[in-house]
Amino acid sequence: MATITWKMEDGSEITADVKDGLNLMEAATANNVPHIEGECGGCLSCATCHVFVDPEWLAKTGDVDDIEDTMLEMTDVEREDNSRLSCQIIASPELDGLVLRVPEPE
Amino acid sequence: MNAPIVVVGAGQAAASFVSRHVALGSPEPLLLIGEESHPPYQRPPLSKKYLLGDLERERLFIRPLEWYAEQGVTTRFDTRVSEIRATERQLVTDVGDVVDYDRLLLCTGSSARGLPAEIGGDLAGVFRLRSIADIDSMAPGFTAGRRLLIVGGGYIGLEAAAVARQLGLEVTLLEMAERIMQRVAAAETSDYFRRLHQAHGVVIRESARMTRLLEDDGRVCGAELESGEVLPADIVLIGIGGVANVELATAAGLDIDNGIAVDETCRSSDEYIFAAGDCASFVRDGRRIRLESVQNAADQGDLVARVMAGEDVTYQALPWFWSDQYDCKLQIVGLNLGHDRTVVRPGDSDAVMSVWYYAGDRLIAIDAMNDPKAYAFGRRIIETGKNPAPEVVADPATDLKLLAKS
Repeated sequence: MATITWKMEDGSEITADVKDGLNLMEAATANNVPHIEGECGGCLSCATCHVFVDPEWLAKTGDVDDIEDTMLEMTDVEREDNSRLSCQIIASPELDGLVLRVPEPE
Repeated sequence: MNAPIVVVGAGQAAASFVSRHVALGSPEPLLLIGEESHPPYQRPPLSKKYLLGDLERERLFIRPLEWYAEQGVTTRFDTRVSEIRATERQLVTDVGDVVDYDRLLLCTGSSARGLPAEIGGDLAGVFRLRSIADIDSMAPGFTAGRRLLIVGGGYIGLEAAAVARQLGLEVTLLEMAERIMQRVAAAETSDYFRRLHQAHGVVIRESARMTRLLEDDGRVCGAELESGEVLPADIVLIGIGGVANVELATAAGLDIDNGIAVDETCRSSDEYIFAAGDCASFVRDGRRIRLESVQNAADQGDLVARVMAGEDVTYQALPWFWSDQYDCKLQIVGLNLGHDRTVVRPGDSDAVMSVWYYAGDRLIAIDAMNDPKAYAFGRRIIETGKNPAPEVVADPATDLKLLAKS
């Protein structure tokens, strides 16, 4: 299990305990995190689960593969160096305490 | 208390509507009525990971079951609506309950077309693929060595073929038309997927007209073709397209035109009744069309919540689709309806390519096979109304990212 925090642009936060093996897009929709839609169910086709990973956590959240890297080009809010599609981050004890920033499309 | 907004049908469009309604903080109470016993769930994985046994049922749910109550949404699953009394703004359920509605959203979806009983359509061992229940009844028979006959070479049939081969079944796929995917894609895309499936051992029979399924003691045991040829089978899967579920809407007197006819705000011919998703038909580029896709259902459901909340919005979303077969990821953007030219953009290997559809000079759609760049940048190219010449696109030296961002 991992305790994950999503920070919204308006300063609000949502924190939830996430079962190992779930991806963080699923965890976000289950916990009502705004702006995370995950329409394609996590198969890297929609880019609607974009998050910014707190830089100190980047190493632990794993590598961005080629498909994810390309799909990050079509997010509503421009990607940054710490952009991820949260469906590709899988909860594990290693990620306990992870903080994600949720971009808000205009 | 005011009558609630009632949503009939608990699929992707309904989930998206409810999510947006909640996110907007809209004050009207919601009642969600669904025929199945599950909360809204994702259907695409049914013919992929769920059939393969790689995904637990709960992970199909778009929101967890508890979520609805937590958001103050009332749900009634296992409930069929039998009548809409539009003038009274009331629904009647199959157990005779009368429910008032302030406004009504129909998300009744579509059903998988079956074969008539006269030619064996309801024999044991004959399946369709639409719901969790369909898969749960079919999956136990999906074991290595069994012979699966798939009728229909569209997405459902091809995805099921891929799963079946991965599980070790012998698979034969029949397509009535000259080529698989004829209704949905260009010949180049059909050729790609024919090669892919043949390489994985699927026997593909195109221009193959089946006359009836054969029976042995109440169970299907094969199929007879028009030529008289008999193909033995242990399991038959029918994947010959979907039909919009419009019975309720028809009986209520709503305008129907290949689906519940809606305007650009998803409003039907009754001002208090909206429709979204597979069951709704809408006008795009001068044609009335109906789409069976997650994107369409999700975006229309979302739109209706905004419209009901008073936003001045219309449905303009660019359609996109996907399919996963073996290790091939197909991503599609746009609608190829009315194309008069296609051009192929080759990739680094035989497994990578994209097909670009043009109507005149206008780029209207792309099928990208294992080519997320063609999909992602192509989508941006279409969205921004750029119409690169087909020769430019076909040239592998063209940098799509530059083209998209120029």
